[in-house]
Amino acid sequence: MIRQWIGHFIRHIDSILLATVLMVLVVALMVLYSASGQSLLKVNAQLINIVVMMVVMLLVANTQPQHIERIALPAYLLGLTLLIAVALIGDISHGARRWLNLGITKIQPSELMKLAVPIMLAWYFSKRESMLRTADYVVAGVILLVPVLLIAKQPDLGTATLVFASGFYVIFLAGLSWKFIFGSAIAFGAALPILWSMLHDYQRRRVEILIDPSQDPLGAGYHIIQATIAIGSGGMTGKGWLNGTQSQLDFVPERTTDFIFAVFAEEFGLVGCSLLLLLFTIIIGRAFIIASQAKSTFARLLAGSIAATFFTYCFVNMGMVSGILPVVGIPLPLVSYGGTSLLTLGLSMGLLMSVQSHKRLVATD
Amino acid sequence: MGYSTELKNHLNEQHKFRVRLVFLILLVLTAFSALLGRFYFLQVYRYDYYQTLAENNRISIVPITPNRGLISDRNGIILAHNFFVYTLEITPSKTDDLQDTIAELGELVEISATDLKRFKKLRAQSHTFESIPIRTHLNEYEAAKFAVNRFRFPGVELKSRLFRHYPYGTLGTHGIGYISRINENDLKQLKENNQLSNYKGTEHIGKSGVEQAYEAELHGITGFQQVEIDADGRAVRVLSSASPTSGNNIVLSMDAKLQEIVEHEFAGRRGALVAIQPKTGEVLAMVSMPSFDANLFVDGIDYDNWNNLNNSPDKPLINRSLKGIYPPGSTFKPFVALAGLESGKRQPPFTISDPGYFMLPNSRHRYRDWKPSGHGAVDMRKAITVSCDTFFYGLAVELGIERLTDFVRHFGFGEKTNIDIQGELSGLLPTPAWKQKRFKQPWYMGETVIVGIGQGYTLVTPMQLAYATATLANNGKAIRPHLVNAIVDAKTNQVKMLPHTTADQLTLNAENLEIVKLGMMDVTRPGGTAAAVGANAGYDIAAKTGTAQVVGIKQNEKYNEKLIAERHRDHAWFIAYAPAEDPKIAIAVIVENGSHGGSTAGPIARKAMDYYLLGKVPVDPTVDPSTAPAPDSTVINAPEVEEEPHD
Repeated sequence: MIRQWIGHFIRHIDSILLATVLMVLVVALMVLYSASGQSLLKVNAQLINIVVMMVVMLLVANTQPQHIERIALPAYLLGLTLLIAVALIGDISHGARRWLNLGITKIQPSELMKLAVPIMLAWYFSKRESMLRTADYVVAGVILLVPVLLIAKQPDLGTATLVFASGFYVIFLAGLSWKFIFGSAIAFGAALPILWSMLHDYQRRRVEILIDPSQDPLGAGYHIIQATIAIGSGGMTGKGWLNGTQSQLDFVPERTTDFIFAVFAEEFGLVGCSLLLLLFTIIIGRAFIIASQAKSTFARLLAGSIAATFFTYCFVNMGMVSGILPVVGIPLPLVSYGGTSLLTLGLSMGLLMSVQSHKRLVATD
Repeated sequence: MGYSTELKNHLNEQHKFRVRLVFLILLVLTAFSALLGRFYFLQVYRYDYYQTLAENNRISIVPITPNRGLISDRNGIILAHNFFVYTLEITPSKTDDLQDTIAELGELVEISATDLKRFKKLRAQSHTFESIPIRTHLNEYEAAKFAVNRFRFPGVELKSRLFRHYPYGTLGTHGIGYISRINENDLKQLKENNQLSNYKGTEHIGKSGVEQAYEAELHGITGFQQVEIDADGRAVRVLSSASPTSGNNIVLSMDAKLQEIVEHEFAGRRGALVAIQPKTGEVLAMVSMPSFDANLFVDGIDYDNWNNLNNSPDKPLINRSLKGIYPPGSTFKPFVALAGLESGKRQPPFTISDPGYFMLPNSRHRYRDWKPSGHGAVDMRKAITVSCDTFFYGLAVELGIERLTDFVRHFGFGEKTNIDIQGELSGLLPTPAWKQKRFKQPWYMGETVIVGIGQGYTLVTPMQLAYATATLANNGKAIRPHLVNAIVDAKTNQVKMLPHTTADQLTLNAENLEIVKLGMMDVTRPGGTAAAVGANAGYDIAAKTGTAQVVGIKQNEKYNEKLIAERHRDHAWFIAYAPAEDPKIAIAVIVENGSHGGSTAGPIARKAMDYYLLGKVPVDPTVDPSTAPAPDSTVINAPEVEEEPHD
């Protein structure tokens, strides 16, 4: 009886996805142990986060996509309400207003929006299916931009960019016209010089430092310079686990969270980096396959967006740590230390598995 | 739609979706290839370069501190500037034996007990690899002597550092403020404002006054040198650099000469004076006496000096003009008068017959006039001129506390003036709601009575009273007071004038205003409470005297000045503006325990106006830029002054 129940429960797991995720997590724990100065405390804490993530993933995998569709609107509206509350009465820390104090605990509503926005948009497009008009894209644009602007205003440009990306992917996959995409890209490119000329000197300087941190070697640039040295000195095969001098001697900043990739690259070299990229590619590829096989509009849009967003996280983080993208505070998925990021990932992976394992049910719906 | 069309649609859509997916897959492959390329570039192609850097981590970044902006008065007299001094600094971790090193150094240049005390204190606060001053202000001879013997002292360096100096010492310290060593709190603040990287290499930060409020302008932008260093930590090669940008210079609205004259006229008494240009809000003088020498704080003040300043009963560290709160006394009357006129409760020819006291209906308590026999027949103009208490007791009751406070609030009572430096108190304008909240007690009619003459709970700062006087002089248009007139860009020398902002604009009946102004002009004429102040002035002065009680007097007791200890004597207030027809200066003065506004506070205001309007300089000694004292060469250490530990 119990065996049957468990069997029913794990039937919804996607083994390829789970296996790859677990491999990355094992690597992540090793790097965390090294990056934290061999602290088992931190590793244990992360293990608990992983257990929570797995439980969430399993629960979501067992939920039918239709049920998720049903919470799309309420979740989005809740998130939006909380964001507005943050803008009005949120707590300020480090010059940004991001947290909402509920008395017992503090929450950061922008995290919720990372999934609530794509779910909402996927739901909207599935409602409008087969009667899509230009006006629908305008509505979708509003659904997307309102929370993005609220988050950008906090200010939290990193999260705003990611929420925007996750929503944009849905709109893109729903068939946003190429003309519009290229048109706005060209218009934006043309407007850049004009915008630039409207900025004050100090604002330009900020943008310059964001794009090229080496111009501020005492501040933002210090991180990048040291991280680049760490990666470069890793060489072909790396300095070996626990032997990265840059990392162990405190030169790499934020090395258990946003910059953990620098520690990994220093200790495991180009070989390690390539393998990690391969594992990420497998996860993303598998997610794309799930999306392409999905039978309902909602499911395929959501799965496609999750896949592309996961990719965006990986690319932006590794790009920033290796110095080809501006520094924005984004963790490396599955690898960086932290519960919130893993929780979101557990939800995402669970959603993918739910789409995959319920596709027959959906098809006959 | 038939089933087949729907299916067709569905397939069509799935096809379109897959095309989009393929595009995304291509994007992923391109981006990941780019990353792989970057990793190859860093880890294989440039491996040797990064390998070396990591091995020695031999890139060192040296900040170059910018010059702090200068502060000058409205006429260009420099009030804060920088000069280079030689300092001897020790990096404890690089010395063989710290005690020996210091002892040997002592044979070469003089190291006093105070120097040692400061060194010990700073050492306790720093890391062993930080360089700590053991001696500052070395003269050329001493510097040369050390330079020759440098080889004997590993870990000791001769450095040339910029020091802040306030050439006039105690002059206007409360407004100009001072800089001092950066402490933990400052660091936290800087981090919060994302300024930490710009303060690498900077040791001092503005702690009070303009130095604090305009820190962002004065500091400038730190430059840097990226240098390659050898194993001994010496710079071998400069890889890249950016020069620092000096801080912007600041031009105050303050007139240093006026400030000096006023400080001198206080002649050792405690108190404060604020002078404002009514039409612009420019603060011409902001005096708080006694003052203190800002130079003491620049390099950390020593214990003795700190204790003297901090424990002095005269409280020199407090800026009385912004933080001293006193009952306004009779200087409040012109504003109550205007409230009476504007509300229509007191229109000419309204006149009372003053018996020398006021009584509320159904009460036998006598609210006494300062003149026991009374002033006889009193109308509004005369009430101001002779400062008739009885008249204002009755007026306050008839207006009611709420109408009264609602009106005078437009003159800034009970609210901060929002002057451009920090630490200002807001005083107090009492209302029944306030009293209920503060004391959980109802408001009594008797309390309204005494608010009419500026006593009771009412509290003002000298800045507030000067601001209110300026607003009155400016016919109800309140201009936010400010100490800084202009900011001069260090790079371009462009002068940016700061705007005058209108804080409040009262529409007043010209006839009503005229009555109050005439009453105030009569104050400095024969028969007024400050007739002596106006004598032979050559211009018209509108003024009002006032007294702020320090010790309460019982119902049947008489206030006898001679029998009361000096510290318990009343504070003397005087407010004025002149010339009365076209006001160029508005003043509020308080002389603590000065008894009568007309005799102690008034003359100070008169000297200030004589100088500002007529250019008259008192015969007594004055500060002249050419006789500025030389920088004090005794350097002092070091209890870190967090803040003035009182309020």
